[in-house]
Amino acid sequence: MQPLDFLQIALYFGLLLVCTPLLGGFMANVFQGERTWLTPVAKPIENVIYKISGVNDREEMSWKEYAASLLVFNALGFLAVFGLMLAQGALPLNPQSIGGTSAYLAFNTAVSFMTNTNWQAYSGEAALSYLTQMLGLSVQNFVSAATGVTVLLALARGIARRQSSSSSSELPSKTVGNFWVDLTRITLYVLLPLSIILAIVLVSQGVVQSFGAYITATTLEGHSQIIPLGPAASQIAIKQLGTNGGGFFGVNSAHPFENPTPFSNFLQVFAILLIPAALTYTYGKIVGSVRQGWVIFGAMLAVLLVVLGIALWSETSYNPVLQASSPLEGKEQRFGTANSILWGMTTTVASNGSVNAMHDSFSPLAGGMAMVNIMLGEVIFGGVGAGLYGMLMFIIITVFIAGLMVGRTPEYLGKKIEAFEVQMAMITILAPSAVILIGTMIAVLIPQGLSSLNNQAAHGFSEILYAFTSAAGNNGSAFAGLTVDTPFYNIALGIGMLVGRFGVILPALAIAGSLVSKKYTPPSLGTFPTDKPLFAVLLIAVILIVGALTFFPALSLGPIVEHLLMNAGKTF
Amino acid sequence: MQSQSLFDPAITRRAAWESITKLDPRVQVKNPVMFLVAVGAVLSTFTFFRDLAGGAFSAFNLQITLWLWFTVLFANFAEAIAEGRGKAQADALRKTRTGTMARLRINYPSSAEHRVIATELKRGDVVVCEAGDVIPGDGEVIKGIASVNESAITGESAPVIREAGGDRSAVTGGTQVISDEIFVRITAEQGDSFLDRMIALVEGAQRQKTPNEIALSIVLAALSIVFLLAVVTLKGFAAYSETASGLTTSLLSVPVLIALLVCLIPTTIGGLLSAIGISGMDRLIQRNVLATSGRAVEAAGDVDVLLLDKTGTITLGNRMASAFIPASGIDPKRLAEAAQLSSLADETPEGRSIVVLAKENFGIRGHDGSEHNATLQQATFIPFTAQTRMSGVDVGGRSIRKGAADMIEKYVDSYGAAFPPDAKRAVEDIAKTGGTPLVVAEVTANKATVLGVIHLKDVVKGGIKERFAELRKAGIRTVMITGDNPLTAAAIAAEAGVDDYIAEATPEMKLARIRTEQANGHLVAMVGDGTNDAPALAQADVGVAMNTGTQAAREAGNMVDLDSNPTKLLEVVEIGKQLLMTRGALTTFSIANDVAKYFAIIPAIFATLYTINGVGALSALNIMRLATPQSAILSAIIFNALVIVALIPLALRGVAYKPLPASTVLWRNFLLYGVGGVIVPFAGIKLIDLAVVALHLV
Repeated sequence: MQPLDFLQIALYFGLLLVCTPLLGGFMANVFQGERTWLTPVAKPIENVIYKISGVNDREEMSWKEYAASLLVFNALGFLAVFGLMLAQGALPLNPQSIGGTSAYLAFNTAVSFMTNTNWQAYSGEAALSYLTQMLGLSVQNFVSAATGVTVLLALARGIARRQSSSSSSELPSKTVGNFWVDLTRITLYVLLPLSIILAIVLVSQGVVQSFGAYITATTLEGHSQIIPLGPAASQIAIKQLGTNGGGFFGVNSAHPFENPTPFSNFLQVFAILLIPAALTYTYGKIVGSVRQGWVIFGAMLAVLLVVLGIALWSETSYNPVLQASSPLEGKEQRFGTANSILWGMTTTVASNGSVNAMHDSFSPLAGGMAMVNIMLGEVIFGGVGAGLYGMLMFIIITVFIAGLMVGRTPEYLGKKIEAFEVQMAMITILAPSAVILIGTMIAVLIPQGLSSLNNQAAHGFSEILYAFTSAAGNNGSAFAGLTVDTPFYNIALGIGMLVGRFGVILPALAIAGSLVSKKYTPPSLGTFPTDKPLFAVLLIAVILIVGALTFFPALSLGPIVEHLLMNAGKTF
Repeated sequence: MQSQSLFDPAITRRAAWESITKLDPRVQVKNPVMFLVAVGAVLSTFTFFRDLAGGAFSAFNLQITLWLWFTVLFANFAEAIAEGRGKAQADALRKTRTGTMARLRINYPSSAEHRVIATELKRGDVVVCEAGDVIPGDGEVIKGIASVNESAITGESAPVIREAGGDRSAVTGGTQVISDEIFVRITAEQGDSFLDRMIALVEGAQRQKTPNEIALSIVLAALSIVFLLAVVTLKGFAAYSETASGLTTSLLSVPVLIALLVCLIPTTIGGLLSAIGISGMDRLIQRNVLATSGRAVEAAGDVDVLLLDKTGTITLGNRMASAFIPASGIDPKRLAEAAQLSSLADETPEGRSIVVLAKENFGIRGHDGSEHNATLQQATFIPFTAQTRMSGVDVGGRSIRKGAADMIEKYVDSYGAAFPPDAKRAVEDIAKTGGTPLVVAEVTANKATVLGVIHLKDVVKGGIKERFAELRKAGIRTVMITGDNPLTAAAIAAEAGVDDYIAEATPEMKLARIRTEQANGHLVAMVGDGTNDAPALAQADVGVAMNTGTQAAREAGNMVDLDSNPTKLLEVVEIGKQLLMTRGALTTFSIANDVAKYFAIIPAIFATLYTINGVGALSALNIMRLATPQSAILSAIIFNALVIVALIPLALRGVAYKPLPASTVLWRNFLLYGVGGVIVPFAGIKLIDLAVVALHLV
């Protein structure tokens, strides 16, 4: 580690700290329908969208209507991508004349982009036409991220809305917002403007943006080489901002046309955490106390700094097998070890999944940390919206246990946490865990699972474990070393992504519906405060304990044993 | 009612037997965590005998199996001992009920009478009870007055008065009439009286899970599923790894897998959960409070507003004379003497307190000297009436009067005397501080003199101010209810340190106040006794009725305090909080324990996986340096079983409760049960491992 590496990491987190309240405050205003500097431009467009689609933006929905709208919208997105992939051979904007994909791959990819996972069982430049990339994947990059925020908004409203106590004759309002309005605003006011800015800056750094056919060049050695092109910059901007992570090209942000310069590298890794971090502030604003948001931000940052520290330490320690420290095999050679690890940790905590280095090539502990990050439930910043609503599920569990310990029916921000909330929150923790454990077990026991392995023993195990972890956590990054474009993995991982996404969204919305109709209890000295560092400590403890206890046996047979074996001079 | 020692031999013996009868699957299935352990124990037993039939005897598997059964039995024992303690209380209560005969008045008020067994009485029946009769059921006195011995349920030997009408009309089945005759209308069906409900609750038979208990059960069940998944899939992961590392035999036998599962699922809290709930009810009865449901006890822990009657709770109950303030030119001793003389026949607490104060301050004794007594013989005492608002005495040509300032002013005015301005000032000063001024005047030979003023004031109970301060720290507000005027109320409120008060309170105001507090999201507890308290008691989240109160009040509330001590409310709140805290603390402890168990078991079961120079790579995780893989697994499962037994006393007594801010309590319990829960098993398992090796168990 060079002093400059430390400086850059410090700069990274410093900038994040500065931008969180700025962007977070702006988003809070947008989502609450208040006037912002963007209103004069965006409001007319917003109104036209409502007019065309017949949405009444004053109408509110119950949690069930909200969830139904969300499911219908996502199903349509799935069908669009699925259809495009199968039919792309006959559609325009296909200069390389790439044919339709298999139905398995189309299913896997459509699920993957709809669920904000962006797991890629294909190589973009070889398998997809420009039309599929732009109309299918790019659109899903925007709306899957927006979908995550809609769920967060419904949940935040459920927590924040107070039933008027005086007018007991009125039925309590049970609505959590309007899905279509939320979806439109997030896309129009936040994701689109930020993406446009980032895409233009990226183009200035050398990221390609072209409809032209691939170029065939003659190399210095006289060989001929095909250089793929495409409308990459526009997709990469949202890929990072929307914590999607699906690369335009197969090797993702390790490709010089996706990530050409140290500056573009910094911008992209920064874009990964920008919105998830800012949403903590937005959340604080919506529930009426920015301190609540900062405590969550603090808990997230603390965990990230610790895993980053461990990964950097492991990666730069002496490797007895390679007889070197900081080996660069598989790392982003242009940017160095520190940037590879920073990106690796950021992309895994944030459910992004884009990579600028192969996680497969990290030291066992650093690779293990990447896996642990996802196993913790993608709540350390996590996906856009998804990270925070996932975190709120952990908060409910923490509040419940802490509430019992102080001798009071648990409350969170004045709303009582009872059996129903606890049950739903436990489902959101159980569902992804079940996918990871059961999926991995099936894969390591059947030939269809094992035949895809390129590595053996503990490392092979890590690869399969990582694949299911990535799917269940809607992360999308791959450990590599595993051939996943097979019917088995396409279907198994596709199901894993669906469970990991909707197994959390639906219970979270149910909680929103339950909390919104609950009576508000004002805090007293008997309520323990959730805006103090102590709460962050408890929250971290619960996340780590749940994650560690669930996956310790699996990890011990993967990265842990691998690390111990490497120290003894053995690798796979 | 006596409090029992924690492990009464008779109860312990019975509990030991019941821990076996409770193995009945129908009982076990009610507790998902322990049911899982029981299923594991059955599977493990089956495996052992199958191997035995195949000629392979494994002492290790036998021990694992036995400890699995012990785990189940220990949890059963914990529940049985809590129930046993409850039953012991209930039996004492029930003894009074059996064999009671009742004199049923058919078609009351006709005098036709019929003797029936108490258990055959129905709601609405009217019975007659004479001196010596045991009252056959809960009811309301509709005619007559009697003194009743309620020691059977309260332990208090002094008899109490029960009479028709008013606030002392309720009687409890099982108590005994010791004088006079009363007619009682039975208000509770047999089997549904307060006592019956309470007995059912403490015996655990009808114990319904409380809301928080249900939520906690969900968490525990979900965690059990997580660990079940982790263990079942581990079998698959191990199969892959064994092949990869060239092993031909399976590392994970069924007993070992089950041992791992049982160590991980939250058996500590799962095994003690019902014991905690039952013993919470039990602690309540030990304080002579009966609750109709566990839900009410739990709600008590959530209460953040207490409505307390001033009289009896905050003040000693009566105004006491605290000072004599003479008018100018009057000897203080003369005032005291006159005041005492006028109060000698006044048997009210105020009157008595004046006599006592005069004695204490001036050494004047009311009954000394035969001459004095002789004078008293001829004295005429004028009692207090609502019209005159004065009382006094006419003796030896002197007329002494004491009373409200305006009435005394009229009285002296009628003799042509003026009310001295300094006495008037003293009256105003006393009123301003919330006290009651009592003016004393004397008429001799048609000449009236105002002697001075007696300062009567409410005496606030010692220590109550500190108690309220503690409650405030714990986030509980206290509201004093009093019939006093606002000025008096404010003064007492300030002295007692309550947060708020309702002066000149009516039942409607109490009800309205409770509704307002609830609308603002607060949970309210109140104490009441009169019929007019019934609506408020019913509205309050926790309504504690005094046992001396009316049947209506008792039915409206969800708890009855047999001692009729309004301060008890504070203890009820404490018990409610303790109940939740004990559950939370043991849950945290239980989960935190898992960390150490992983470090014991994972390296042990994979001791031969991926060997380097004959040592498994994962042996590096054996940071406790446990002797052998088998001793490690055995030690973990033994620790897991023993910790249930070790924590039974904590479950029965509840964790210590002090009224502190929530964040302080949380921090303490987190360190104690969370961090402690991580550390303790490392030491515990290591020690058991040493013992297992020393005893050659493996």
